[in-house]
Amino acid sequence: MWNKRKEEEYPPKSPATPPAPASQIKENAPMSTNPAPSHHVTDSRGPAVIGKSVMIKGQIFSREDLTIDGEIDGSVELHEHRLTVGPNGKLQAGVKAREVVVLGTIHGNVEASDKIDIRKDAKLVGDIKTARIVIEDGAYFKGSIDIARPEAARTPGPAQPKPQSANSPASTAASTPATAAPTPATAAAGDSR
Amino acid sequence: MLKDRLRSEPSSPSLHSPPKKSGPGQPQNRASNGLDQFFASLQDQESLSILDFSGASQANISFITSMGHRIYSNDALRTMEEAFGSGGEFIANQSDPERAALFLRENLEFADRSFDGALIWDTLQFLAPPLLQDTVDRLYRILRPQSSLLAFFHAEEKAQTAPLYSYRIVESKIMSLTPRNQVRPVQYFNNRSLEKLFQKFHSVKFFLTRDHLREVIVRR
Repeated sequence: MWNKRKEEEYPPKSPATPPAPASQIKENAPMSTNPAPSHHVTDSRGPAVIGKSVMIKGQIFSREDLTIDGEIDGSVELHEHRLTVGPNGKLQAGVKAREVVVLGTIHGNVEASDKIDIRKDAKLVGDIKTARIVIEDGAYFKGSIDIARPEAARTPGPAQPKPQSANSPASTAASTPATAAPTPATAAAGDSR
Repeated sequence: MLKDRLRSEPSSPSLHSPPKKSGPGQPQNRASNGLDQFFASLQDQESLSILDFSGASQANISFITSMGHRIYSNDALRTMEEAFGSGGEFIANQSDPERAALFLRENLEFADRSFDGALIWDTLQFLAPPLLQDTVDRLYRILRPQSSLLAFFHAEEKAQTAPLYSYRIVESKIMSLTPRNQVRPVQYFNNRSLEKLFQKFHSVKFFLTRDHLREVIVRR
């Protein structure tokens, strides 16, 4: 069952094409002064994947869908794309994406302009700002959920309530005009984005 | 984890009764005047901040956010287990200052007057003094004036055990209760003891139900 889900969740990979040795590529490449279009490379290998043995400290920006099954300490931004945190994925990071699917662990605030999907056995500790949320029974979530409506998202609102605990991630600014929302008192490293 | 243990494992002598033969039961819908009053207090307001101790559930999140409010979700049972363990020392460990501080930090460390309402469900009946009073004092601090708190207490004085439920909101006055196990409450609360417990608050309103669940709406 788990394997089935994994297969469903991970972006389908294009037929495996073993990478050709550098020398072979050089020999087969057409002679041209024009640089090869970058999308050609992307399309041929499918969505980007950070494997489970990879650990990255720093900022990740992606202009394509991304699957993370390794460890990230920093921030992840895929503004118009989908981020999938695989079952082995561990993010200590703020996340911004169009859609976020969580099967692993995220410690950090998540902004998903379209949707966030927290699957069974996933763990998310942080504040969520999104238009839609799906959370399965068995998932662990600790934090606030702010449903950002399109019209409200454009209007900055007052600060939201945030937990005081250093363990609790800081909330992002409120998106809906309203009374002040709860706020952890001593926020961890704030998301400055 | 405590939650898992309460669902399926044999109970420890201090906290749990012998487990149910059939394990967790089926969810049952139940009318709740307390829940109705709680949401009535939020009526005609938007973008309020609601604290929910039931753990993340699609039902509660969808219901509260569909009203235009913001929800802060935490699984209090899970943090109880992290702080005090799930074995026979569960109650005794609550007297440990470091463990008690961990529990308060994990559940209730918010800026003053952060929330416009709190759904505490039956969490408080598993806490022993003095942590119980510290928890209520902290709730008082993080709630805004005029806000409401909903809490449940099992009201059968002679009962050795009380049912432990998962609480899910179905409608403004209907909730779904999924039985997990039978649990021995730390102490019995009558109206007088509850008034004393919430004496800092503006008012305490009781709803005694036929199934021996005392629903309490406390106004800050």
